[in-house]
Amino acid sequence: MQLPVKLEVRNYHLFYGNFRALKDVTICIPRNQITAIIGPSGCGKSTFLRTFNRMNELIPGVRVQGQVLMDGQDIFAMDPVELRQRVGMVFQRPNPFPKSIYDNVAYGPRAHGIRDRRRLDEIVERSLRDAALWDEVKDDLNKSALALSGGQQQRLCIARALAVQPEVILMDEPASALDPIATLRIEELIQTLKQRYTIVIVTHNMQQAARASDFTAFFMMDEQRAGLLVEYGPTRDLFTRPSDKRTEDYITGRFG
Amino acid sequence: MPVRYIVDRVAKYVLLFSALLSILIVFLIGLFTLREGEPAFRQIGLEHLLGGTVWRPEQDSFGLLAMIIGSVLVTFGALALGLPLALGCAILLAEVAPDNVRAVIRPAVELLAGIPSVIYGLFGMVVLVPLIRGIDVPGNTGFGLLSASVVLAVMILPTITNIAEDAIRAVPREYKEGALALGVTHWQAIVGVILPAARSGIVAAVILGVGRALGETMAMIMVIGNSVVFPHPLTANPLTIFLSQARTLTGNIAVEINYATGLHESALFATGVVLFVLVMLVNSSARLLMRARTG
Ligand SMILES: Nc1ncnc2c1ncn2[C@@H]1O[C@H](COP(=O)(O)OP(=O)(O)OP(=O)(O)O)[C@@H](O)[C@H]1O
Ligand SMILES: [Mg+2]
Repeated sequence: MQLPVKLEVRNYHLFYGNFRALKDVTICIPRNQITAIIGPSGCGKSTFLRTFNRMNELIPGVRVQGQVLMDGQDIFAMDPVELRQRVGMVFQRPNPFPKSIYDNVAYGPRAHGIRDRRRLDEIVERSLRDAALWDEVKDDLNKSALALSGGQQQRLCIARALAVQPEVILMDEPASALDPIATLRIEELIQTLKQRYTIVIVTHNMQQAARASDFTAFFMMDEQRAGLLVEYGPTRDLFTRPSDKRTEDYITGRFG
Repeated sequence: MPVRYIVDRVAKYVLLFSALLSILIVFLIGLFTLREGEPAFRQIGLEHLLGGTVWRPEQDSFGLLAMIIGSVLVTFGALALGLPLALGCAILLAEVAPDNVRAVIRPAVELLAGIPSVIYGLFGMVVLVPLIRGIDVPGNTGFGLLSASVVLAVMILPTITNIAEDAIRAVPREYKEGALALGVTHWQAIVGVILPAARSGIVAAVILGVGRALGETMAMIMVIGNSVVFPHPLTANPLTIFLSQARTLTGNIAVEINYATGLHESALFATGVVLFVLVMLVNSSARLLMRARTG
């Protein structure tokens, strides 16, 4: 790959207590590209994604081995709070806070010390525009976020993540709780975001990976149910001429 | 008809019956208190009972204002001291403490709830009152609102802590993760997202604590001094009002009911009615407050 590398993982293992959930993962994720992570349920996709913002550490008993670098710097040497400012996340189930739409988006910037109302207004508007939600909510920013539809809530969560100006956005099956139209909107949105952000997205949906990503990583479990990276490459190559038999079985639906 | 349908129907009636029974009991107690207090309301008049500052049964003077103020002040004092402590404990237990620390603190807090009220009173008399008597202000006996507030603060601590902790634990994990994923500190997530999401439960905890505080009798009698004076600052410093002796509504009933007869006795039941109303006012205003903020 000649593309500049944003995230680099080397010989990475993750354990939940004694259970090895990820085994010897090595991968380079390019900057300003969309990288999809696919694989059967339970193979460690979410766990792997949560590595990049060190969310796994919140779970007691988690241990890791190996190296994870962002822009060449070891993320485990960074302050996790600072890291999460640079690496945002959108969760599988939309999880807006029980606050107004405005306060949801302004929450991050406020927490990072921005108090000026005019600047907050700007950030909220820009983030909502970038998340393709502005036109739908601009007239009732003070409405509770919980009153939005599922798809709107998910775009709000994207806006909330954008508001702190991250460099990387992690998405864990962001559309799995949404209907097909809302899903398409999220996919379009992701395409427009890639110019400014490095995006890593977990998906169960093969078409979605094929449609919406530049690179695809296929994970699978070994006999001990440890997740490992089977194949990784440009999405078109992986889907048209997979080099591994297991990848081929999976994408043609003969497996998992 | 299959047996399980019959059981289903019977269960419904049994549940309905127990619910009605508890409502009936509350209703009967209220009715009884009201009936016994009715002569006092009729003969003394509401404005005298509520507005009168002098309580002198032997002269047929039955003003409850001093006791109302006493109850309100001591409850306020207990909340001012106890609420931050209880919330702190709840946050610690629900969010911060690792399991082994929690395993020590939680039973200790629960133990506080099991200590009989008279023991709190004893502790207050023997330890707290002499300590507070040491504050050098003329007229300060140690017995009074401050001692009572401190004792009460400890007594309401477990109530508020337990319910607030449950409320904080009940906040969906997704909120916390969502906040942390934005790069805020754990404390920022607690203050900005978790506590607001637990708000209604925390308000409920405070209401229960206030109810407990208003109703507490024994420990109050033992440390508050019980003199029927209007709580007043002892010096020019308004804060010394907390060194003033006082009497609570509950204490008024308990201290005098043994020898009261006639109108005096009825006035004590009227005291009970006032207490009842006070607690209901607290409950409904808290509920209104909550609805206004969530709506
Ligand atoms: N908190 C945890 N404690 C212990 N084991 C866990 C925990 N979270 C996940 N696991 C285990 O780690 C493995 C990987 O889980 P993970 O959630 O990452 O899979 P996934 O690929 O995202 O699955 P899905 O597609 O169903 O979301 C599974 O075997 C799971 O049981
Ligand atoms: Mg998952």
